[in-house]
Amino acid sequence: MNIVVCVKQVPDPETPASQFAVDEAAKRVIPAQGIAPVVNPYDPQATEAALRLRDAAGEGTITVISLGPDSARDAIKHALAMGADEGILLSDPSFEGIDNFQTAAILAETIKKVGIPDLILMGRAAADWDMGVVPIGVAQLLDIPCVTVAKAVEVGDGNITVERVLDDGFETVETTLPAVVSVSNEFGEPRYPQLRQIMLAAKKNVEVWDKESLGLDPASVGSDNRLLALEALYVPKVESNVEVIQGDSPEEKARNLALKLREAKLI
Amino acid sequence: MSAILVIGELNEGVVASHTFELLAAARSLSDAGGGDVHALVPGDSSVGQSLFGGGADAVHVATNQLLQTELTVDAFLPPVLNVIENTGADIVLIAQTAFGRDFGPALAFNLKAAVAMECTGLTLDGGRLQATRACYGGSARAEVKWGSSVQIVTIKPKTLDALATDDSRSGEVTEVSEVGEARVKILGTEKAEATGIRLEDAEVVVSGGRGLGEPEAFGILEELGNLLNGATGASRAACDLGWYPPSQQVGLTGKTVTPNLYIAVAISGASQHMAGMSGSKNIVAINRDEDSNMVQSSRFAVIEDYKKVIPALIEEIKNLG
Ligand SMILES: Cc1cc2nc3c(=O)[nH]c(=O)nc-3n(C[C@H](O)[C@H](O)[C@H](O)COP(=O)(O)OP(=O)(O)OC[C@H]3O[C@@H](n4cnc5c(N)ncnc54)[C@H](O)[C@@H]3O)c2cc1C
Repeated sequence: MNIVVCVKQVPDPETPASQFAVDEAAKRVIPAQGIAPVVNPYDPQATEAALRLRDAAGEGTITVISLGPDSARDAIKHALAMGADEGILLSDPSFEGIDNFQTAAILAETIKKVGIPDLILMGRAAADWDMGVVPIGVAQLLDIPCVTVAKAVEVGDGNITVERVLDDGFETVETTLPAVVSVSNEFGEPRYPQLRQIMLAAKKNVEVWDKESLGLDPASVGSDNRLLALEALYVPKVESNVEVIQGDSPEEKARNLALKLREAKLI
Repeated sequence: MSAILVIGELNEGVVASHTFELLAAARSLSDAGGGDVHALVPGDSSVGQSLFGGGADAVHVATNQLLQTELTVDAFLPPVLNVIENTGADIVLIAQTAFGRDFGPALAFNLKAAVAMECTGLTLDGGRLQATRACYGGSARAEVKWGSSVQIVTIKPKTLDALATDDSRSGEVTEVSEVGEARVKILGTEKAEATGIRLEDAEVVVSGGRGLGEPEAFGILEELGNLLNGATGASRAACDLGWYPPSQQVGLTGKTVTPNLYIAVAISGASQHMAGMSGSKNIVAINRDEDSNMVQSSRFAVIEDYKKVIPALIEEIKNLG
C-alpha cells in the first residue's frame, strides 16, 4: 500500500486577533512575533489515516510532499516523526504567491514523477486560504476519483470505502484506487510524535525539488500566472459596542439580561 | 455576450432553498450588466418551472434519473459543461454545500478556470467579476478577480436572501439528457437526527462551547433554546470532544447561521467560530472572560459562570411570560 500525503505549513490558525496583521501593500500576512507557523491542522489527520492504512496492509511506503518555503520542511518532519517514510519538499522562489490551480498542477506533476500511488491523502482544506480546492484539482489533473471530507477510511481490494461528513449527517461512498481522499477533523485525534521519533525524523533526509528538477514550464508558474488574482488582502474592522450586564449576583445579572432582551424585543 | 449560470440542487425532490439564494445573487449581477440568468437543475420540466419565479430568465433541466437520486460530481459534469458551452455563461454560481464544495473545483479544473470558494459581496467591474471572501479562518478578507474567461463562485447557504417569488415570470425549459459515469458510488447515507427547529432556520440560536466543561450541560442549553423557540448549536471544540453532533457545529467548517438572537455560552469567539455566526443580528455572550472576543463582539454580555446564569435566566424568562 503506497500512499502520498500532501501537507502544508500555515500561520498558526489560533493566532489571537490582536496579533494577526496583514501587509496590505504586499498582500501578505505578517508573521506574528513569537508564534511559529504550524502544520495545517487537518494534515496530521491525513497522515494518521495513511499510517493506519499502511500498518493494516503490513507493507508500503508513505511519501510526504509539501510545497512551500524552506520552513515547510518542519511540516514534513512532523509527518515523518509520526511515522511516514519519505519526504519531498517542493520549493522554488517562483512558487511564492501562486494560486491553488498552480499548486494542484505542481503536486500532480510531482506525484507522477514519484509514481502514482494507491492512495493520495490530504487535509480537507488549508487553514490559510480556506478553499479546499487542491485535493479535487489534483484528482482532476491525474484523472482519478476524489472523495472529500472523510471521517473514516477502509481499503479493500482495489477500492476504498469512505465515510464522509455531509451538511446534515454522514454518507458512505466507495470508489476505485488510485484515488484522492481529503480528511476532516471528524477523523479524530492524530497520534502525537514522541521525542525519540522527533529526533529520528530530524536526521531523515528530505529531498528538495525545484522548478527545474520537476521539469515545469517556467511560463506556467509564478504569481504572475495566477488564474485567481488577489486584488487586496486586509483585516476587517470590528468595533466593540458591548453592554456588560451589571448585577450583584448571578441571579440579578440573569434578571437584568432577561429585562434587556425583553426591552429590545429579542424575546 | 456574457451570461450567468446558476447550478441548482434538489432537496427531497424540490429545488433547494439555497438555489433561490443563488438566483437572487445572479439577478443583481444581471441588473449590473452581467447578462441573462440561466439556471440548471437536475429534474424534469415541472421542477424547473419554479426557477423562473425565483429570478431565472432561462431554465435547463438535467433529466437523467441518476442525477435526481444520486447527484455526484462526475455524473453532473457533462450536462453542466454542455449548458456552459451553449449559453456562453462566463459566471457560474454554485452553493457551498457538501456537493457544491466538490463540484465547483472539479468544474474549474475541467474548464481551466479559477474558482473562488465561499464568496460574499459579488460585484461587476468592467463586466468582470470581483468578489470578497473570508480567509485565514475569518481573520482576513481577500478581494479576488478572475484571470480565466469563466468565473466560478461558490456561495455559502443562508448568507443571502432569496427574492420574493414572482409568479408572473415564465419561460421555456430546455432539457439536457447527458450524464457522466459516476466513479464514486454512494453506499448509504445517515441523516443527523433533526430534533426541533433546524439550526439554519432558527430565529434564536443558543450555542455552547468547550467552557461548558461537560456534555450534559447541553441539556440546559436545549431547555433555553426550546423556551425561546430556537435551536441549539455548538463550537467545534465541543463537537470534537463528542459533546454535540457535528451537524450542529457553527462556524467556518460548520453551519452559517444568521438568527435574530445568538446566545453564545462559554464560547471564546475564535475567528473560525465567528465566521459562522457574525451575521447574527444580536449576539449575547455568557462568558467568564470579559476580554474574550465573543464578549467584545456581542451586544449584551454577562460575565459569570454559565452554571449560575443559565438556570436563573430560564426562570426569569418564564416569569416574564
Ligand atoms: C481550520 C479550522 C477550522 C475551524 N472551524 C471551526 C468551526 O467551524 N467552528 C468553530 O467553532 N471552531 C472552529 N475552529 C476552532 C476554533 O479555532 C476554536 O478552537 C474553537 O472555536 C474554540 O471553541 P470554544 O470557544 O468552544 O473553546 P475555547 O476557545 O476553549 O473557549 C472556551 C470559552 O469558555 C469560557 N468559559 C470557560 N468556563 C466557563 C464557565 N464556567 N462559564 C462561562 N464561560 C466559561 C472561557 O472563558 C472561553 O472563552 C476551527 C479551527 C481551525 C484551525
